Formats: sequence, C-alpha cells, structure tokens
Amino acid sequence: MNDNEPYTTADGRKIGGVLMEMKNITLRFGGVKAITDISFNIREGEIRAIIGPNGAGKSSMLNVISGFYIPQEGEVWYKGAPRPQMKPYEVAQQGIARTFQNIALFEGMSVLDNVMTGRLNHMKTGIFAQALWKGKAEKEEEANREQVEKVIDFLEIQHIRKTPVSRLPYGLKKRVELARALAAEPSLLLLDEPMAGMNVEEKEDMSRFILDVNDEFGTTIALIEHDMGVVMDLSDRVVVMDYGKKIGDGTPDEVRSNQDVIDAYLGVAHD
Amino acid sequence: MGGENVTASSDAAGGYQSIPALLQRNAREFGSKAAYREKEFGIWQTWSWAETEKEVEALALGLINLGVNEGDFIAIIGRNRPHFYWSMVAAQAVGAIPVPLYNDSAAEEMAYVLEHCGARFAIVEDQEQVDKVIEVQDRLPQFEHMIYIDPRGLRKYDHRVLHEFAKVQNQGRAAHDELIGELKQRREKLKIDDQCVMLYTSGTTGKPKGVVLSNRNIIRSAQNASEFDKLGPGDEVLAYLPMAWVGDFIFSIGQAYWTGFCVNCPESPETMMIDLREIGPTYYFAPPRVFETQLTSVMIRMEDAGPLKYALFHHFMEFARSGAGEKYGMPKRSLAKPDLKRRIKQAWKFAMGVGFAAETLIENAIRLFFVRLRHPLAVREHFKARDPILLNLYPEPVRSYFKYRMGEVLIYGPLKNTLGLSRVRVGYTAGEAIGPEIFDFYRSLGINLKQLYGQTEASVFITVQPDGEVRADTVGVPAPEVEIKITDEGRIYYRSPGTFVEYYKNPESTADTKDAEGWVDTGDAGFFEEGTGHLRIIDRAKDVGKLANGAMFAPKYVENKLKFYPDILEAVLFGADRDFCVAFINIDLTAVGNWAERNNIGYSSYQELAGHPKVLASIQEHVETVNRSVAEDAMLSGCQIHRFVVLHKELDADDGEMTRTRKVRRAFVADKFNDIVTALYDGSSQVSTETEVTYEDGRKGAIKATLEIRDPKVVPVNPQKVAAE
Repeated sequence: MNDNEPYTTADGRKIGGVLMEMKNITLRFGGVKAITDISFNIREGEIRAIIGPNGAGKSSMLNVISGFYIPQEGEVWYKGAPRPQMKPYEVAQQGIARTFQNIALFEGMSVLDNVMTGRLNHMKTGIFAQALWKGKAEKEEEANREQVEKVIDFLEIQHIRKTPVSRLPYGLKKRVELARALAAEPSLLLLDEPMAGMNVEEKEDMSRFILDVNDEFGTTIALIEHDMGVVMDLSDRVVVMDYGKKIGDGTPDEVRSNQDVIDAYLGVAHD
Repeated sequence: MGGENVTASSDAAGGYQSIPALLQRNAREFGSKAAYREKEFGIWQTWSWAETEKEVEALALGLINLGVNEGDFIAIIGRNRPHFYWSMVAAQAVGAIPVPLYNDSAAEEMAYVLEHCGARFAIVEDQEQVDKVIEVQDRLPQFEHMIYIDPRGLRKYDHRVLHEFAKVQNQGRAAHDELIGELKQRREKLKIDDQCVMLYTSGTTGKPKGVVLSNRNIIRSAQNASEFDKLGPGDEVLAYLPMAWVGDFIFSIGQAYWTGFCVNCPESPETMMIDLREIGPTYYFAPPRVFETQLTSVMIRMEDAGPLKYALFHHFMEFARSGAGEKYGMPKRSLAKPDLKRRIKQAWKFAMGVGFAAETLIENAIRLFFVRLRHPLAVREHFKARDPILLNLYPEPVRSYFKYRMGEVLIYGPLKNTLGLSRVRVGYTAGEAIGPEIFDFYRSLGINLKQLYGQTEASVFITVQPDGEVRADTVGVPAPEVEIKITDEGRIYYRSPGTFVEYYKNPESTADTKDAEGWVDTGDAGFFEEGTGHLRIIDRAKDVGKLANGAMFAPKYVENKLKFYPDILEAVLFGADRDFCVAFINIDLTAVGNWAERNNIGYSSYQELAGHPKVLASIQEHVETVNRSVAEDAMLSGCQIHRFVVLHKELDADDGEMTRTRKVRRAFVADKFNDIVTALYDGSSQVSTETEVTYEDGRKGAIKATLEIRDPKVVPVNPQKVAAE
C-alpha cells in the first residue's frame, strides 16, 4: 500500500502516485498539542478520509493540508516537493480547493455568482479591463461562465441558479459550496464534513456527487466525515485520529478490523 | 375504419403519409426556422428544421447500422429532450415503432412494457434509466442494445450492448453513403395506415394496455386540432409533460410536425417554471393540477405582499372575475403589420386610457380628502364603502373596458408574466375536471384557457371547447370529424379518424372497447346539454353505482368538489352498495404547511400535520360545505359524506395507489386501506394502521399511524318528508 506504484481499483479508477505527503506533522496551540507526529500520504485520484471522535484534530489536520495552519514540526510535501509557508490564496493557486464545515458562502449573492467566485484564479484581466467590460474581459467571463455552467449542470443545481444563497435550505447550500470548490478545477479537493446535518436522502445525493466528481474529473479528494457508513462506502483509504495521534491507516476493511480503532472510535466490543 | 369520409381529406393532408415525410417538408419549407430549443448550460440551444432533419437522419442511419429492422419496437425512456423526439422520428424513419415509457416508472413497471412489446432496443437518458433496464434485462430475452444520451457515470459499464447517442449518430454519418439508399427505401415505404407509435395506457385498472396508433390517427388528429385552433409555424410550446402520454405525442410531435411550430424543452424538471417564463409559450397544455399549484403559490405569495399590492390585487381580481376578464381580456390574433387606420385607433385608445387613469387617480385623491375630513379615525372602511360618484366622464361599458386595461397594466400583465403565460393564445386543460374557481381565475386574467375531453384511444381529441363558448362545467362540442353517440344509460361512444387501431396483443380488450363499425366505448357517462350541444361528463361509468338504499353514487362528482379547495389535494369517496358515503382525504402539504406557518403551528412531518386537530377541523368545515352543496342536487344528495379520515400519507404512484398520470386507482386504494374503510363504517372514533410505502429507489418501508375519524354534519335529505311538512 505504501509503494508509489500506480494501480487500478476494483471499480476501474486509476490511482496514481503520491500527490501530497504529511511528514511527522506536529501542531501546537500554545501548550495544547492538537496534532502529534502524524504522517500519511494522499495519492492522486483517490478518496482519502480522515475520521476520528470529536476533538481528535481532524479539522486542524485539514487546515494544515490547506496551508491555513503552519505546523511547528514536520513538513508537507505537495507534488513531490516540500511546500513552503504560504498564504491561503497561494494555496488556492496551487490547485487546492475546499469546503467548510460551517458553510462559508456569500449569502446575499446568487448561486451563480457564488460559483463564479470559484473561478477567480482563472481570471487574468485587470481591474480596469473588468470595469470597461470590453474585449478581453468579456471573453474571459464567457469562458469562465461556460465552465461554471458545466459544474452547475453536473451538480444539478440549475433550478436555483439565480436564487440568492440565503434563501436556500442547508443541503443545497452544501452543494453550492461544493460547486464553488469544483469550479476552481482543483487537483486536490478538501471537504470538511460534507454530510454533517443532512438527512439520508441528501447524504445519498452528496455521496453520489463526491463519487462522480472523483470518477469524472479524476479529482483527488480528502474528506472529514462523521458518518461511518458514508466513509466506509466512499473512501479508498482512511486515516483514523484520536487525541491528535494517528491510530489507524489503511483501506476501510483494514481500519474496521483494527482493534485500536474499534476501541477508540467505534466503541469497545462487548461479548 | 370509416374509409369513405377519410380519403378526401387525406389528400388535403398533402399526401404526407408519415411523420418523417412531414419532417422533410418542414426542412424544405421552414428550413432555418427554430424547430427545437433546449436549455443546456444556462443557454437556450436551438435546432432549426434543417438541422433537425440532419440529426434525425444521422440517428436513423446509426440505428440501421446497429441492426434495427423494420417492425422492431424501440423503447424511449427519458424526460422531454429534443434527442428523444428525434429518436422517435428516426425510429419511424427506419420502419421501427417508438414506444415511449414513463421515465419515473420503477424497473418492475418498465419490465412489463418492455416484455409486452418485445422491444429489442431502448434509447434512454442517463445512468438511472440504464440501471433500471439492466435490472430487469434477464427477463427480456429479445432485448439487445441500449443507447444513452448522458454518459455520466456510465464509463465502466459493458459497452458491447451500450452505446452513446452521439456516437451512434457519428457512426451513422460515417456510414452515410453506404446506408442512405436503405434509409430512403425504408422511408418511402411508410404509409398512412402503418403504425406510428405505441402508447401504453396508464392503467387505472390492471396492467397497462399498448395502444396502437397509426400515422393516420396522429396526422389527421393533429391536422384537425391545429386548424381548429388556427395554430401556425410561429407558435411555441413548452414540452414538459411525460413523453409516454398521448398528449405530449400529439402536441410535440403530431402538431409540431404538422404546423412546423417550435418545441421547447426545459433544462430540468425543477426549472420548468423558470423556463416557462423565459419561453412564454403561445400554445400551452397542462393538467388541472399544474394550474392548481400555480394558483396556490400565487395566493400564498400575495399574502406576503405589501398592503397596496394586496389591495390592488384583490380589487382587480374581483373586478376581472365579475365577467370583465371574459369580455375584454381574451387575446386576439395580432396582425403582423398594423395599417394606418389601426394605428390611429390604437393611439386614440391609448390616450383615452391615460385619461381614464388620470380620472381614477384624481377621483380617488378627492374622495380620500373628503373621507379624511369626515371620518379621520376610520378612513379605510369609509373609503372602501363608497362607490365613485364624483367624476364620471367615462360611461359604462367604456369604463369597464378601461378599468380592465388599467388592471392589465397594474396586475394582470405582470401576473401573467410571472406565471409565464403572457403570450398564451390557446391553453388547454384536460385529464380531470378543473375547479370552476381555478378555471375562472385564469380566464379572468385574459388567458384563453379551454377544456378538452379526450383519451389515448382517440389520439386525444373527442370534444373541445371552441373560442367564445368556454365554460367550467362542460367539456365542449365534438372535435372536427368526431362523431359521438350516447346510449340510453348515458355511456359515451365516439368514432373519428383518430380512433386507435387496436390494443397490442390483446384482441379481447380491443373487441370490448371498439365495435365493428369503429365506435369506441369511452367508459364515461355523460349527456349533451340542451340548447348548447356541449357535452357534460358525469363520471366513469363503472364508478357510478348505487347506495344500499338505491340512491345514485357518483364519487368523482363529490371528490372534485372537495379537490377544488386548495388545502385538499386528493379525495377518494366510498359508498357503492353501502348505507352511506365515507371519504379519504389527502391534504396539500404546500397550502396547509403555509397555513400552519402563519398560525404558528409546529409540525415535523406530513403525518403530524395531517393529524393536527386544527387541520382536521378546517377540512371538516370544507366537507360540511360540500355536503350542503351536494344536498342541493336531488339526484346526488345521497352522496353526502357521513364520515371521513385524513390519510397519513400522500397517495402515490410509486405505491401503486395512483397511475403515473395521477389518477386514483380506486379499487386498489380500497383494498390497501381496507382496515380504515372498515373502521369508517363500524362507527369507531379512531383507527390504528400500518402502511407499506415504497421509496423512489424501490426500497420499502412502513409507517404507522393512528387516524382520527370525523363525523361531519350531513344535511338531512328526504324529499317526501320535506314536501309533507
């Protein structure tokens, strides 16, 4: 499992080499150790899940991956090179997009405009060209809009294209957030609890979209999720954290049979 | 089939014997005019008739290339998209017969149809439909290839029997030179009495039946109806009703190919209302339910409107309903280029209109001033209570005319625009009775909404309402070339060029329905109204029965009265051979939910809301009102509802309680909810029940509920007794 050889999964998806590698990450907030010496990697084209009980450090881990937190120890390797300290927009330029646990959309703007903001890094024209709205800027907007429309079609949110986000129910907001992240055409997509607070039907829809994104665009996905059923069905490999430490890593089946994981997370088995 | 009176006009049809032949004519005559539009990626994509012909030809060649033979059946499963309309015509062009299916059917239901017609090919929309067909494929030995349109999620499937639509077309284009001769030869062979399409009935009772319709049925019916409503190539329709339904086939294929008008397909089922607004169809068709839903949403939104808008809306709607809409509102066919005389007339009318608006404003300002002086504390009531008396420059009916025009600017116009019905010249509702309130609402807005009566076996048209003779309680006069006879028991029979050929592989049913002279039994009971010659439908003949005491039992009549209330979605009446009538009622979640919100009533589920005492009380009020109105009809006074229950679940097609066209399967419902019916008759005050439900993906679950049984007031009816007193 740890070798870097590309392979094909049972359902025919191609998993490539290592895209991102965490090397002995330790993250402290003052005296509190949020993450202690964690190493794992994310391979190209796979769906990688990070699970763990409350307060295990999952979201901190995701913030380290996204470059928002700088670990005190350890290195993050991305595309085969150590990643220097970066500002969030630089991370976005590198092709990493994310969604948030608590939805972070522009509430007053329409769905379309929100998704368009995801294309920011693909727009090159300057502020004056944009203001004049002639020639280049217009063409650029058209090209980007086309891409956005493809995402809208993909996630089946055509009917709310012009609706202000504040008027949407929770489940749809989550989908819009995913759309915005997808519009950036990321090479690594980070999802922070994409299914939190959803009903069964919404969860099923979301799972299908995540699988389809991975399948159609070949996007690498790292996700945090509480719903064990979802995680086990979706992901190729799972990292399990508890109290900031890694207690398991492997395929869903391996993790499921790992005694540490059962004890820490799924509860101790009683006879 | 009535050979002698048909031949003359089939020459009038210009000798076009099939839909593919009409397509070629359209490509020739209207080449660059839009034939299809579909919204994709946020933009309306357009295909002209010439392009359509190319697309259909490519697909037809591709189908031959795949090995489609003449006489094969090709199943079409998907929502309304140009590709499916092309598929049907391409299938016809190669001599095959298209069989459209309801795309929301479960795999089981599809299996029956696919097996019954023995389809070798299917053209489907996406992964969902592909999965359904694959699920039942073991039972379909004759089934061979499937063509899909949307490749998403299908990459890993077995592509030996699965083909992408665009690729089939490309293969067809590549094999053009080789196969075009074959295609031409097959196309030439199509004759007017060949089978055009096979449509499965929704099946209110038992298994669906395959209705065989010939080219003559479709083309002649389309031609007659188009001429009746003066449809032309400039018209626009929105195709959003199920493709398996005969109406969609007649409108979006029959009439579209006959007149050459443009068929617009929505982006997705959810965007239908938005797309309706953007397209603004001139010819519109919807079942009553769509109009009901639209009206409910308008009313709910008006509740939230500001006081001025609210007052204007109610003032003008009341005015329009008083008959002004009928008189001044109906659309007239506008001339292409107004001449000078017309322009002067228009300018004069405009000036008069401005004058009227000014007069109204001044008058109201003066009145407000005086009312304020005399009744400073109760301005509103006194302002409302008075009739305008001050200025009266415009006498009736000029006054009403301009008032209506003013309403058009302020209320009717914007409202029609919001509904997407601004440009509707001819609108139809059919399938079920529409509430007179709803019907009047739309008509008073100046929408030429009419009723028609039809069925699959008649290629839709049996009776239609001509312009100017439209009423809520009749279904109109016989459509062109349709003969109707009514037996002594009131059963309606018809005969027309649209009369179906037969039920596929079912000669007994064919013989039961259609006699040797071509008369078809509609199964409905009705009568022609004295004087006007309009047909009135009472009920399904087999549903009309008798109560134990011999009084007439016509469930539909009472159910319709109930359903006209916005908070009642569905009602089912029982009572045949019983002592009295009882009813099941389904609440309308949108309307009742909104009402609950306004009245601070919390609820967490449909079931909870349906069982809420206040909801029950308001439903009971409706039932009592209906009882009073039913009691007025001496013949049907026995149909008053003595007991009713509000059901804990919505009747649904997935559970088999309704057909896909949303008609209640009465016998099935009675059987399924047998325990509730028993409780309604044995006098108990509540009933506990457990019901199996089927989810959209085919899984099953159960819901338990305890339902309260209500006893609404009944008007005592005993004519003899009343007479004696």
